Order: sequence, then C-alpha cells, then structure tokens
Amino acid sequence: MLAPVFSFIARRVAVGSVVLLGATFIVFMMVAWAVDPLADLRTSNVPNKQFLIEQRTEALDLDMAPVLRYFKWLGNVVAYLWGQGTFGVAVTNGQPVADQLAVAVPTTLKLVSASVVLAILLGVTVGIVTALRQYSSFDYLTTFFTFLFYSLPAFWVAVLLKQFGAIRFNDFLADPRVPIWAVALVALAVGGLAAMVAAGRPRGRLIIGLVAFAGAAAVMGYISASNFLLEPGLGIVGVTLTGAGAAVALAALTAGLSNRRALWASLSTVAVGAALYFPLQYAFVHASWPVLLGLWATSAVVGVAAGLAWGGDDRFVSARTAALTGLVMSVFVFADRLMKAWPSYVGHPRVNGRPIGTLGAVTPELGGTFWLSATDVLTHLVLPTTALVLISFASYTRYTRASMLEVMNADYIRTARAKGLGERTVVVRHAFRNALIPLATVIPIDIALIFGGAIITERIFSWRGMGTMFIEALRQGEIYSVMGYFLVTAALAISANIVADLIYAGLDPRIRVNA
Amino acid sequence: MSQNQVPAPDAAPAPDAVPAPDAAPEPVAGGLANLTGLLPQGDLAAGAGENAIELKATEGLSQGQIVRRRFWRHRGAIVAMVFLAGIIVLVTTSIGWGPIPGWWKHNYSSTYPIVNPGGAPTLVVSLTEGVHIGEHPFGQDTVGHDMFAMTMRGAQQSLTVMVLIGLLATVIGVLVGATAGFFRGKADTLLMRFTDMMIAIPVMVIGLVLGHWVNGASALTLGLALAFVQWMAMSRLVRAEFLSLREREFVDAARVAGASSTRIIVKHILPNAVGVIIVNATLLMSVAILLETALSYLGFGIHFPDISLGNLISEYQSAFAQRPWLFWWPGFFIITIALSVNFIGDGLRDAFDPRQRRIPSKRKMARAARKAAAR
Repeated sequence: MLAPVFSFIARRVAVGSVVLLGATFIVFMMVAWAVDPLADLRTSNVPNKQFLIEQRTEALDLDMAPVLRYFKWLGNVVAYLWGQGTFGVAVTNGQPVADQLAVAVPTTLKLVSASVVLAILLGVTVGIVTALRQYSSFDYLTTFFTFLFYSLPAFWVAVLLKQFGAIRFNDFLADPRVPIWAVALVALAVGGLAAMVAAGRPRGRLIIGLVAFAGAAAVMGYISASNFLLEPGLGIVGVTLTGAGAAVALAALTAGLSNRRALWASLSTVAVGAALYFPLQYAFVHASWPVLLGLWATSAVVGVAAGLAWGGDDRFVSARTAALTGLVMSVFVFADRLMKAWPSYVGHPRVNGRPIGTLGAVTPELGGTFWLSATDVLTHLVLPTTALVLISFASYTRYTRASMLEVMNADYIRTARAKGLGERTVVVRHAFRNALIPLATVIPIDIALIFGGAIITERIFSWRGMGTMFIEALRQGEIYSVMGYFLVTAALAISANIVADLIYAGLDPRIRVNA
Repeated sequence: MSQNQVPAPDAAPAPDAVPAPDAAPEPVAGGLANLTGLLPQGDLAAGAGENAIELKATEGLSQGQIVRRRFWRHRGAIVAMVFLAGIIVLVTTSIGWGPIPGWWKHNYSSTYPIVNPGGAPTLVVSLTEGVHIGEHPFGQDTVGHDMFAMTMRGAQQSLTVMVLIGLLATVIGVLVGATAGFFRGKADTLLMRFTDMMIAIPVMVIGLVLGHWVNGASALTLGLALAFVQWMAMSRLVRAEFLSLREREFVDAARVAGASSTRIIVKHILPNAVGVIIVNATLLMSVAILLETALSYLGFGIHFPDISLGNLISEYQSAFAQRPWLFWWPGFFIITIALSVNFIGDGLRDAFDPRQRRIPSKRKMARAARKAAAR
C-alpha cells in the first residue's frame, strides 16, 4: 500500500527538481542580463572608483560568463544545503542571502497566515451558503461582490484601507460615539442579510430579519453608549454568554440539536471555562505564546473529556463538538484578556491614541508586557490582513460554491434525502465533506502563491518580508538575493503541487497515485 | 472587441457537440441527445421528460445560436458589455487614438491653468444645479495636468496591454496545449515541464528585463512580454480538453477517412474546444489588466512620462488626503473594466456550459401557474 505512494513522491520530487533547476537557470540568465550591479559605482564620484569596480567584479565574478556564474551559484547552494558557506552575499550591505531570508520568511509567514485562515473560513462559509441558496437574492449579491473583489487592484484597496481603516478610524477613536444613522445602517444591513440567508416562508424570514436588525442595533448602541471601543471587555458574563452561544451553534452544526448529549457536553465545557476564568487571569500575568498554545490545547482536551464523560453511543461525536467548543471558548477568554490591555495600549506614549498601525509589523521600542506587545502585533496585522482577505476570499467563495453545487446535484445526495436523513446531516455530513475535496487541492497551491505574492501588500504597509526583499533586490541589482527569494518561492510552489496531488489521492479513493 | 467575441462562429460548435464540422451533418437534436451521455448517469435517469423539454427549447437551432441565446439571457454579462463598449468608445474618441481624432479640448501631456482651488474636479452632478462638465471634469494635479485626458490615456494603454495579453497568450497557450494534448508522449512531457518552469518565474522579473531591454516599457512591448508569461494556465486547460477530445469517435472517424494530424487538430478538435478557450481568454484579460496596473504601480511596467492607470495611482497615492480625485478616477476605470470583463466571462461560461439548465425563478413559476389556471 505504501510503496506506490513513496515511488510517486520520489518521482514527483525528481521531476520537480528538474523543473526547479530549469526555472532557476532561466531566471538567473534573465536577471544577470538585465541588472547592472556596478550601476551605482559607475555614476559615483569616489576617487578610488576603478578599484571599487574591480573589487566588486572580483566579488561577484562579473568577468565570468553568466552560464558559468549560474553553475557556481548552484554549487554554492548545494554546499549550503550540506551545511557549508552561504549562497551569495548582498553587495550593497554585505549581508548573506541566507540571513536576509531568515528575516524575511518569518515576517511573511506572520503576515499571510492569519489572512489565509480567515479567507478560507470566510470563503468556504459564504460559498456554501450561496450554493444552498442558489438563485436567491443573497446568491446574486455575493456573486456581484465576489466579482467586484476579483476586480479590485490590491494597491488601490490597500491605500483606501490605510485612509479609512487606519487614519479615519484612529480619528474616530478620539470620540468613539457611533452616530445614530450609522447604527441604523449597519443594523439594516445585518437584518437584510439575515432575512436573505434564512430559508422558509416570507413571514419567517421577515421575523428572522427583524430579530437580527434589533440585535445588531442593540449591540451597536451598546458599543457606542458604553465607550466599548476605548474600554472594551467581555467580563465573565460576556465570555460565558458568547461561549454558550458558540456551544449551541457548534452543536447544531456538527451534531444536530437533537443530539442532547453533544449539546450538554459543549455547554459543560463552557461551564469549565467560566469556572476557570478568574484563576486564568492570574496565569495570564506571565503569559507567553508557548504557554497560551498549551492552554489552548488543554481546552480541547477538556472538551474531549467532557464529551466522553457524557457518554452514550455518540460519545465521540460529542467529544468532537465539545473540543471545538473548548477551542472557541478559550479564544473568547484570550480576547477578553487582550481587551483589558487595550486602554493601556491606546494610551501608550508611543501609540498616542492612534492604535491601528499602517507601517511595519510592530511599533518600535514599545516595551511593556506580553499583552501590550500582542495587542501591538494584532493592530499592525489588521489592515494588511483585511486587504489580503478581501482579495483571496472571492476565489474561495466561487470555488466552494461551484463544488458544493456539483455535489448537491449528485446521486448520493438524492439517496441520502430519500432515506429520510435530516437536512443538516445531508448538507454537513454528505455534501460538505465531499465538496471540500477539490478545495483541499487548491489551498496548498494558493498558500504557496500568496507567500511569494504578497508583494504589493507588503510594500504599502512597509512589512519587510519576502516581497520587499525581492523588489529591493531587483532594484539594486542584487542577483543573489533575487535568486534566494526565487529558490524559496519556487521550491514552495513545486512542493505545494505535490502536496495537493497527495491530498487529492488521500481524500478521493477514486484517484490513484501510482499513475 | 467585445462585440466580436460574443457569438461563437456558427461553424464552430459548442464544446462537446458531437459532430465535427465536416462529418456528415447530423441534426442538432441528435447532438444534444448524445450530449446528455456526458452527464452523470443520474441525469439520464432523471427522465426522458426533462430531456424532451430541453430539446424542445433548442429544436432547430445551431450550436452557435444556442450559445448566443444563452449568452443574451445572462443579464450581468449584457450590462457589462454595454459598460465596456461605452468605456471603449469614450476612451477612443475623447482624446483620440492613433488615426482617430479626439473631441476633448485638452491633451494629457500639457499643463493648464488651475481652475478650481487645488485643482478640484469641475464635474458637477447635483439635483439643484444639474449636470456640468466644466473645464476639467476629473480635476487637475498640482501642476495643472488635465486628469480626464490622463485617465483616458491611461485607460488606452491598459486596454491595449489587456487585449494584447489576451490574444497573444491565448494563441501561445492553445498552440502549446494542443500539441501536448494531441501528440501526448514525449512532446507532452517536454512541453508540460516547460510550462511548469514558466509558471514558476515571477512576473516582476519579466518587467525588469523588459525595462532593461527597451529602456522602459511601452504598452506594446509590455503586452508582448507579459503574454509570454501568461499563457500557461490556458495551455494546461487546452491540453486537458484535447486529451479527452482526442479519444472520441469523431476523431477516429476523421483519421480513418485519412485526415492528417494538423487537419484533425484544426478542423475537428479545436472547434470543439472553442468554449473553453474563449471563456479562459476572457478571464485571462481580466487578470491581465490587474497585472499591468500592478506592475506599473510597482515601477516595473509603464513608466513616466508615459501613462497607465497603475502608474497614475502610484504617482498620486500620497496625495490621497488632499486630492482624492487623482486617486478615485483611475481606480474607477480599472475596476469597471476588470469587472465588466469578469461578468462577460461568466456569461460566456454559462453560455458554453452544456450542463447549464435554465431554472425559472419561483415568481416566474407562480406566474405561469396563475396563467395556466386562468385559461
């Protein structure tokens, strides 16, 4: 069973390496031909110009033919992989390319990971809803907006976000009272959307819309009246209530509300979380990312324990639902703690009442506690993440919708309905899972692409990630930095393709990998 | 150009239509009946009644007519076509393009005395004052350039690049994909590995090389160069289409009748793949305009003093707080063009999709039921 998989991987890796070699060769030739690493020296007026030119020619082997230089570079890369030397040094600042990459890769990872997760979650959800409500006004509305988002130039969106998401919002925070027309508008939008998405008769949909309208208006009013934007916080009551809401929603989605044990298991997980609320506040004093991740994992374990404790035939289903609830609940507790750090962050002299950052990944010389710097990271992530999500979410929506529609018309869905399964079971268990298969093959390739392609977003928000490294290297004629960037992104893209094929083979038994 | 693109030539049947053009003419109904064989088995089981209704709707129509009909029913695509045609007419005639004279009084390179304070737009659209175009409807920059003329010029450049990429990349993609898919074997492996290689190359590098080569790109050179890095998706799709089509009976029939490979490719398979090609060419164009503007924005595309929509935005983005019109108008044109092309592509996809079925809305069904009851 395993042998074909391994020979498949081996073959694909071999072919991939050949492709990588060819691509690096082409790029090396083009860059070597197009850039002039001596440009800045030629125009300079330093007295020892000739010497400097000779020195750099020596350092970069400019007297060699580009083809030879390529093979020399390739030799350096191989040596580097063996743990010797470095593959090239940037001329202008003498920094090894490997060091540049060591700075750029984590920055880009930080930038894109949140947006990828958000875009997938949002895109898949909206895509599924539009597929279930095909030809409804909600469907048409989303179609229009997804096409609009497709057509938005990234740089244009980013500049707008900077203006309205950061500058205007920061101005607004000075006196955060939401005007009544804005409350009405948002509430109308929420109510309208809810009425569109809801199924059933016009009367029922109207009621749902009105409830959503009232709810949104109440929340907005509360935010405005309680000065929430400057002194936010959920408190133990808020955390418990939102947690309970999430528990009910998750139970309804993953197990069905008729499965009482799953519901009680998730609710007891929420109860455990609420009981631990005050003890956790003490634990949070010396928080760090590893500790928090550990706590997060623990919450899932608590959920599993709760599910198993409630027992029954479906105890594993309950355990799964409760574990998900635990994960969500701990996010609420975490968010609550972050909110408590908000006033001190906004009032911090380096932030000076303008919390949404537009430049760079962090506020320099911020100092302070873990919570302060965590807030800082998040406020700097908000805008670039929004820009990236806006652009990539559209394609996920279209993709999910198409694949879900295809599945919903399949015979096994008709069979599932015919044998009397509930709509939830049909949609979630029979349709949704199969609709995700083609999506699972797109996602790795997309991640690889966005990793090398967040160039514009990085530039506008001044993140020093892969894109910035690449653009600057191109401008300054740093061929080895360009090649370093290209090696990483191309290798990533090629492995993403292999991973996508493997996932497909793993998920869809009709596909065989030994082909 | 959108006008020419819409209907498939009558000689070219929609994808998967069974009879090849020079095979014995078969009634279209037969073609469609065979077509249903392509669907999952369940659709056949869905009953002859459904098929009969569908056949009734398309009785006596050529494939081209069916596709055209479906396209005209796609409201979004029609609106988009009107928009795009309007933009093309405006862009072409306003400041003139090549031999075509323009009617607009200003050009994009001269500076003019600043009319409104700060160069604010003179375009007025209000209920009380009516509509005035004024001297500089889209405003002016700090030096006094006319923004309307500049936007028109930028849109001309961006459209040129878009069309060039769309056409040229389609031709290359079809050539590569058709060769790989039809001949398979070594040619296929070689071409597809080459395609993989090309996919990996960053577009930015092409812009840089081009900048070095021609000392700053013009719309023409940029379009040509970008076409050489944008054909890969098309070639993969065409290859997949050819791989499946070449196994069909009509290809065997043509071969037995003594047709050469070239003839089979051009006359038999290509017309059947035309839907995939046209749809993807359209989508390629919408990607192309965004790509061109992004490259020009980053400074790797069209450079000052020449104008494109991307470099206009790049130039004026820092002035957004004081002179937002310098930023809104080019953006508006990029988005409108890209959005229209996307909608047209969606309409074409629906029109060419043999599985596409028209499902009347509930309201229409109710109306029909009422009519039937009244009768």
